[in-house]
Amino acid sequence: MGYPRVVSTFDDLIAANERVEPRDEMPDAYRATLVRQIAQHAHSEIIGMQPEGNWLTRAPSLRRKAILLAKVQDEAGHGLYLYAAAETLGVSRDELLDALHAGKQKYSSIFNYPTLTWADIGAIGWLVDGAAIVNQVPLCRCSYGPYARAMVRVCKEESFHQRQGFELLHTLSHGTEAQHAMAQDAVDRWWWPSLMMFGPPDDASTHTGQSMAWGIKRFSNDTLRQRFVDMTVPQAEALGLTLPDPELRWNEERSSWDFGEIDFTELFEVVKGNGPCNAQRLAHRVRAHEEGAWVREAASAYAEKRAAREVA
Amino acid sequence: MVSTSEPVGIAGAAVTDVAHYAIALGDDALIASQRLTEWITLAPQLEEDVALGNIALDLLGQARLLFQYAGSLLDPPVGEDDLAYFRDERAFRNVSLVERPNGDFAVTMARLLVFSAYQLELYSRLVQSTDSTLAAIAAKAVKEVAYHRDHARQWVLRLGDGTAESHARMQTALDAEWPWTAELFEAGWLAPELVAGGLAVDPAALAQPALAWVRAVVAEATLAEPEVRPAVSFGRVGRHTEEMGRLLAELQHLARSHPGATW
Repeated sequence: MGYPRVVSTFDDLIAANERVEPRDEMPDAYRATLVRQIAQHAHSEIIGMQPEGNWLTRAPSLRRKAILLAKVQDEAGHGLYLYAAAETLGVSRDELLDALHAGKQKYSSIFNYPTLTWADIGAIGWLVDGAAIVNQVPLCRCSYGPYARAMVRVCKEESFHQRQGFELLHTLSHGTEAQHAMAQDAVDRWWWPSLMMFGPPDDASTHTGQSMAWGIKRFSNDTLRQRFVDMTVPQAEALGLTLPDPELRWNEERSSWDFGEIDFTELFEVVKGNGPCNAQRLAHRVRAHEEGAWVREAASAYAEKRAAREVA
Repeated sequence: MVSTSEPVGIAGAAVTDVAHYAIALGDDALIASQRLTEWITLAPQLEEDVALGNIALDLLGQARLLFQYAGSLLDPPVGEDDLAYFRDERAFRNVSLVERPNGDFAVTMARLLVFSAYQLELYSRLVQSTDSTLAAIAAKAVKEVAYHRDHARQWVLRLGDGTAESHARMQTALDAEWPWTAELFEAGWLAPELVAGGLAVDPAALAQPALAWVRAVVAEATLAEPEVRPAVSFGRVGRHTEEMGRLLAELQHLARSHPGATW
């Protein structure tokens, strides 16, 4: 890293495992892949505020309310710097938001599931943020500099969120009978969708090969999924909660946990737009954008008036 | 609520008077925070989700400190969550202004403009309180509300002096919220000994400086100062608007569904 660099063409940078920076030449397809991935990631952060925001006004203690508020705020912040990272590739936040609102760009399907009880806030922190960390830690070494640097900060905050989610579930699991049942129910509902966050199996993943060659992606979907399972099973034991998979067992030979078959037909249905909350999440986002239009217009008009007055 | 009448260093002031004062200030902060929190994911832009979240978090923090202190003065002592979650509507002492339901963004900014101006004047005097705990809470809060007040000012300027639509909306919001701001400066609910002894700040004394600042912002934003009569409002004595019950139902229902549980 650092300037002057020994190599400067795109292929040489990738081969030398150096970072590609915004002003470097890069293939159009590399740029397009990054825009798609970073946009999807940014959209996931802001859509992901909704299922958790659903419990902000109902958090059962003031301490939990403060923690959740700070977390949702962090996610808005992640969205902001991921949109900024995408902007270094020549697309504006407005364009990306328009694409999201028009259904042309996606966000993580996990957020198309509803948060039905308070324990879901813990399950999202522990499982969903846990899976996101496993996905995102390798992105800190992604070949595109601005994305990699954004991910360093995102990952630090996500690991904090994951610990908070674990602690929330631990409290519920060791609380009253009703609280324990609430925690188990949430884990039952969030476990399989969390495994689906790693995407389709390797033999069905369309983008993996090229992304790995470009140093955007460092590990395959199945590798990361296994890493998540191996990390999570002992944590579930520590929580005193059961993961809803009767086929889960330790494999001595592989030094890994075997787990049951994932029903990817469900994932594909949710990706296609048929999940429990797809329409609701998008409508909510579009509503916020449309209802805020007059405010953003006022801010622009005011800024223009100010600039004109300063010139005069 | 259990009452005692032990003096706490101020001649004539009972523990419960101090607790009630802290609770009223805490209720203002908690309920204002709850309404701001309803904005999260619905703000006009992402930066504003962050900013409103920040302000809501600051106010929530103030409420917690005030409740912790008030709770410690009661006999037997109670915790912050007992005060937030297990009091009924009639025991809440916040002004009606902060419980009024959200409207558009201009309504929230109109409310925040006056509320933060009031809070800044309040806390910048409460740092001199003879009660060292209240003084310490005020010293932390005064820095926070200075930012809230500036944020509200910036937006009222942008909306007032932005487009024709934003100007009209900002004026409508100001006209609608203005009558409810008078209650902030009413002093009748407060034990006079607390003010006389230098423990509490006289709310009536805050009207002039707070409203002078607000009027300057309103004028700079090319808006007209509303010519409206104060609303008849009794929040400080626990008689709230109909919307308060629904706000508390949402805030409290989960905690109350599991009495005795810890979270």
